[in-house]
Amino acid sequence: MTRLVYLGNVSSLQLSEDRCSGCGMCTVVCPHTVMVLVDGRTVISDLDACMECGACARNCPEDAITVESGVGCAQAVINTALGRSSVTCCTITGESEEDTDGTPPVGSGSGCC
Amino acid sequence: MGDTQCTSSASCSGTETVSELGPSSAAEQPLPPSIIGTLDTPAGPVPQVSTTLSAADIFGMFRVRWGIRRMNYTVRPGLYAVGLPDRQSEILVTANYRMTFDLLRSALDGLDVWVLVLDTKGINVWCAAGKGTFGTDELVARIKDSRLASVTDRSRIILPQLGAPGVAAHRVKELSGFRVVYGPIEARDIAGFLAGNLRASPAMRVKSFPIRERAALIPMELVPSLKYAVLIGAALALLSGLFGRGTFTSDALHAGFTAAISLSLAVVAGAVLVPLLLPWLPGRAFSLKGFWTGTAAAAVLLALSSASGTTLTNLETASWVLLIPALSSFLGLNFTGSSTFTSLAGVRREMRIAVPLQAGALILGLAIWILALIFSRGGSL
Ligand code: SF4
Ligand code: SF4
Repeated sequence: MTRLVYLGNVSSLQLSEDRCSGCGMCTVVCPHTVMVLVDGRTVISDLDACMECGACARNCPEDAITVESGVGCAQAVINTALGRSSVTCCTITGESEEDTDGTPPVGSGSGCC
Repeated sequence: MGDTQCTSSASCSGTETVSELGPSSAAEQPLPPSIIGTLDTPAGPVPQVSTTLSAADIFGMFRVRWGIRRMNYTVRPGLYAVGLPDRQSEILVTANYRMTFDLLRSALDGLDVWVLVLDTKGINVWCAAGKGTFGTDELVARIKDSRLASVTDRSRIILPQLGAPGVAAHRVKELSGFRVVYGPIEARDIAGFLAGNLRASPAMRVKSFPIRERAALIPMELVPSLKYAVLIGAALALLSGLFGRGTFTSDALHAGFTAAISLSLAVVAGAVLVPLLLPWLPGRAFSLKGFWTGTAAAAVLLALSSASGTTLTNLETASWVLLIPALSSFLGLNFTGSSTFTSLAGVRREMRIAVPLQAGALILGLAIWILALIFSRGGSL
C-alpha cells in the first residue's frame, strides 16, 4: 500500500543534537519512524511523517526534543475555535502547562475525546 | 496494551457530548470483563479474565463502533490476571476502555501475564496518552494502589508504544522503580513480542492505517453526518413546500427527494469513499481528497438527473453541483481526526485554505438553490 503522508514542511519538531545522548528512546516510541540512529547519533530523517504526537519529546531523558504536540483533528480545531472546550469530545488547549511529572512542556496539550 | 487505533474509539467526529458523565462515573459502573476466577495474591484477590470474547463482547465492539453508548464502555481500573501468572510473569499495562481491554485479552490466549488497567476514563490508549490520562502520574499511582510490587519480582512493565505520548519512561522509573518497556503498537503482536525476548520488529513499531481499520471507522463518520443530512434535507423540503410555486406537497416532495439523493451522494463521497480510498485519492490534504470524491458524486447526480428525464432545473443542478463537493470536502477534512498520521500544524494549515473555500461554495450553492426556488419551477414532481 502507498505510504500515507500528510502535509509536508509543517511539523514543529526540533532536535538539539548537542543535548542528545544517542540513547535511541525517541526512535523506539515514534509511530512513524521520523527519527533514526546513525552511528550513535540521532537525526530527523523524515520530518514530513511527523504527526506531532509528542511521544519522542515526552520520553527523551535529555530534553533534547521539542514539538508542539497536539491532535491533528479538524473537529478539535473547530471545537476550540467555537469555544466548546469542556463538553465536546475534541479540543485543543492552548496553554503550555508544566507537566506535573516534571518533564518539560511538550507544547500545547490536546485531547481527542 | 492492545490499542487498535486512537480513533476507532475516540474519533473526533463523534458529536456526542460527555457533559453528563462525571469524571469518576467510568470507574463506578464498569461492565464485568468476563471474569472467570480469582487469584489470591499478597495484594489481595485479583480477578482472572478469560481470553475468549463472548458474543456479548463482540456485540459490544460492534455497538461502540457505531457510536452507541461509547463513552460508558469501561473496565474497572486495577490489576487483572490472564492465565496463572506468578512472580516472574510479565506485566502489561493498558487503558480501561472496554474494547481496548477486550482486544488485549483476546490476544493473550495461552499466556500467563498480569494486566494493569489504568483509569483513562474509558478512553483508548492513544487518545488517553494524548490527553495525559494514560500518563506518568496515573501509572505511578496505579502501581502503588494495586500494590503491584507485592505480586511480582520483576521490575519492568510493558506498555503499548502508543501510550508513549503520555508517559515519560524515565520519570516512571524514578517515581516507582519500575522500568517501562514499550511493546508493539498492535495487541496482536504482543505474543510474538513476549516470545521474541521483548524485541519488536520495525513493522510492530509503525502505526499503519490499512483499509480494514479505515473501513471500521466509517460508521463513526457516517452516523453524525447522516443526522445532519436529514436535518438539512428536511429544512430544504420545508422551505420548498412553503415558498415554491406548486402545492406544498409536490414542492416539498420534489425538494426533499432531490436533497435526499444529493446529500446521500455527498455523505457517501466524504464519509465512506474518503476513508476507503484514502491512499489513492490525489493530494495530501484531506479536504482535497474529499473534493475529488465529491466532484465524482456531483457527476453522478448529473448523470442521474439526465437519465431520469431531467426533473431538475439548471439552477437546482448548479446549486447541488456546488454543494456536494463542498460538503464532501468538509467531511473529508473531518476524517483527519480519525486518521493516524495527521499533525495539528498540518490540519491548521489545511483548514486556513480549505474552510473559506468550502464555506464560499456552500454559501454560493445555497444562494443558487434559493434563486432556483424563487424563479423557476411550476410545481411538477
Ligand atoms: S531520546 Fe533524546 S537523548 Fe535519546 S536519542 Fe532521542 S533525542 Fe537523543
Ligand atoms: S512527535 Fe510523534 S510522530 Fe513526531 S517524531 Fe515525535 S514521536 Fe514521531
